[in-house]
Amino acid sequence: MKTFVGIDLGSTTTKAVLMDEDEKILGRGITNSRSNYDTACRVAQQEAAVDARFTLFRREFGAEDGSKEEVEEFLGGLERAFRLEQFLEQLDDLRETCLTQIHGERFEKNAEGVKLALAEVFKRLSAEAPAMYAPGATRKSDFFRDIAGSRYLALAEEVARAADLPYDLLLNVYDKSIIAVENRPPKGALSDKFHRALKRVTEAGAGLSGSMLKPVEHALDIELEETYLVGTGYGRVTLPFSKEHIRSEILCHGLGAHMMYPDTRTVLDIGGQDTKGIQIDENGIVENFQMNDRCAAGCGRYLGYIADEMNMGLHELGPMAMKSKKPARINSTCTVFAGAELRDRLALGEAREDILAGLHRSIILRAMSIISRSGGVSDQFTFTGGVAKNEAAVRELKKLVFENYGEVKINIDPESIYTGALGGAEFARRAAQGRLEGVDA
Amino acid sequence: MRPSIVKAKPADVEKDASMIKQKEMMANHFNRLTDATESGAKVASTFVPGNLNELIMCFDLVNNLPEVNAIQSGLRKQSGAYIMEAERSGHSEDVCTYVKSDIGMMLKGNIGPNGKKLPDPDVLLLSYTGCFTFLKWFELLREQYKCPTIFLQTPYMADGKVTPSMVQYMVKQLKENVIPTLEQVSGVKFDIDRLREYLRKSAKAEDDLVYILQTGKNKPSPIDAYFGGIYYIGPIFGAFRGTDDAIDYYRFLREEVDQRMLKGLGPVTPDGPMAEEKYRLVVEGPPNYTNFRQFWKMFYEEGATVVASSYTKVGGTYDYGFRHDPDRPLETLAEYCLGVYTNRSLPMRIDMLCDYINEYEADGLLINSIKSCNSFSAGQLLIMREVEKRTGKPAAFIETDLVDPRYFSAANVKNRLESYFQMIEQKRNGKGAAA
Repeated sequence: MKTFVGIDLGSTTTKAVLMDEDEKILGRGITNSRSNYDTACRVAQQEAAVDARFTLFRREFGAEDGSKEEVEEFLGGLERAFRLEQFLEQLDDLRETCLTQIHGERFEKNAEGVKLALAEVFKRLSAEAPAMYAPGATRKSDFFRDIAGSRYLALAEEVARAADLPYDLLLNVYDKSIIAVENRPPKGALSDKFHRALKRVTEAGAGLSGSMLKPVEHALDIELEETYLVGTGYGRVTLPFSKEHIRSEILCHGLGAHMMYPDTRTVLDIGGQDTKGIQIDENGIVENFQMNDRCAAGCGRYLGYIADEMNMGLHELGPMAMKSKKPARINSTCTVFAGAELRDRLALGEAREDILAGLHRSIILRAMSIISRSGGVSDQFTFTGGVAKNEAAVRELKKLVFENYGEVKINIDPESIYTGALGGAEFARRAAQGRLEGVDA
Repeated sequence: MRPSIVKAKPADVEKDASMIKQKEMMANHFNRLTDATESGAKVASTFVPGNLNELIMCFDLVNNLPEVNAIQSGLRKQSGAYIMEAERSGHSEDVCTYVKSDIGMMLKGNIGPNGKKLPDPDVLLLSYTGCFTFLKWFELLREQYKCPTIFLQTPYMADGKVTPSMVQYMVKQLKENVIPTLEQVSGVKFDIDRLREYLRKSAKAEDDLVYILQTGKNKPSPIDAYFGGIYYIGPIFGAFRGTDDAIDYYRFLREEVDQRMLKGLGPVTPDGPMAEEKYRLVVEGPPNYTNFRQFWKMFYEEGATVVASSYTKVGGTYDYGFRHDPDRPLETLAEYCLGVYTNRSLPMRIDMLCDYINEYEADGLLINSIKSCNSFSAGQLLIMREVEKRTGKPAAFIETDLVDPRYFSAANVKNRLESYFQMIEQKRNGKGAAA
């Protein structure tokens, strides 16, 4: 089947959306942008292809809306098994890469010992992997580096101590290998991993009846042809696509928001280092836009910095700020100054939640200024980007929009992080259609 | 404004014959300036908007334009160091970077583009035409040079028209203050017939300039009226209005532009003639000079030609019909000052930009807002909204600076420009288009 790909290469994460000919989203994929844009794009695209398979499975079962419990249970198991296969494959890559790093002066005395220790570490990592993907298990992150990294370090320390080996040797081979592994997409074919996953599920017997196997096999046989691809995002100058496959992220976000909410007229996107205020017409065509310039204060990274300063996880900031009853007034719009102000206020004994609430407000105040410059808020208003997932930011936004523009319908889609990629996929679909019809794309 | 200064190897930059002519003119002018101390010539410093070059020449004074010196420093990548020097001596980060570049250059020995020291001015002639920073600038120069300062006040065109009393008010100042002081400084008696002769020459060159700028109405436009326009306005906005050199230059340029038009060619860029005109833009605001070629390239690489700009009107709005009139010599100088773009009210500027979009059949308006310009950046967002509303054409807003290299963020500017070009494309194609 024909598919259209949109990729949004952001400063923090890279997102991909796979769309079919009927403008339906088949799959979404996300990965960390890392230092290699090319890999980030390929991994995100591959992730979207994996997600697309699950959409196809559901279609085969006639349960696209996720309403059939037994289908969801089965597909849940299949997905966990697939993720496990994927993890094991990358783990194997990591093991092989680590082995190639055992050379040079510092390994002269301990080369054999390190090899044995590595074998033990990876044996234990593989052994505990199924538990990480068991039903109900939670993982801190979905990115390989995060999952494998923390466990490798813990296990390596144990093994090194038991074998009386210097721990830093095991650390050294890991450090040299992880970037290489992360910067290449998993090499195995997706269908092989799906088949291995199916086998696992079949063997476990959970939730699988014979009647389910056939539709799954059928869906796996559908070829997903990449008909056209459009890329966008912060690194547009260095995007690994040719010029005719690149669209401005402003246009992609405008169109993406329009596709999610056709009555949208104003879009606010707050990403890692960009804040965009976009005005669109009834067709999703951009009328005007404004972005932050030279300074990324008030963008997603601001929250990341604050989280680091407070030694908290990024996702913990919003919930804590929601507890505030008396938000502090934060005067610094500069991220670094805000960090200093934060430390001062903490030292003065102000409550963390009040300070955090103030910081969220200051982000949104900056965003409001950018929106004003682009032409203000018109009904309906759609908020997208990573920061749209932060409930405290959303609360401040709603408050400020109401104070300044009155009653306006505010749309926030849980998948809003994919807005740019969605617009890109639609541009890809239109470009391919135009090419077929002989219209200049 | 000074093509002679755009640094590029002759091999990789195409130059029109008119550009070579202009280069010679500029070189001669700078030699006259830097030789002034030796030759005994007196020097008048003044500004581009409201530049009374014909009058200055009547007193054998050599015209020195600090703004143009700042632009040159920008093009020659020297303004950054000058600005730092000025900041070190106490000028804040927010001060106009033309001023700081000029002050910094002065502090570092006032070396002109020909490598020789520029002379101290004998008189400062300020024809105030809307930019309030000019007043402060000359206050600083007066402090430094301790020379006579003349202030010719041009009433602001708040109501959108020139009234007889405005003209009389200015003529009175010319008669009672400007001319007597210039006579005193120069030791040359004012001769009104000499002024008439210069004005006659001015009008001749002005006719050709207008013709050239209006060729932007053609498709494709044979000129770029912003980046190329900077070169075209150089002589007439500077020290050559009223000279035979200017007449020759504009005749020459007109012939070249005519040739390109006949052949259906686009503008000449530093990388050769532009291949395809994909977008026709009207631009408001000055260009960035520290990254001039890089900035221009972002346009011509995408097939964007600027067909009309307001910046090429800061030294006179000749396309609205004004010509220097030898039969009314003092009145015409007053009317010239009153009419320059910087002296026009916000509604008048909006009207002008809308006219350009319609008459030049442009795809939209681009505003290059100047970070350090307090006089003209205010109101630009309103201008943008109003022009969008009236013309229905998309507009975009970018920010750079005149001559402070720290304020040119290439990736940001390019990102916005590309988004804008795609936005135009999308608007053109309407719903369902691939954009």
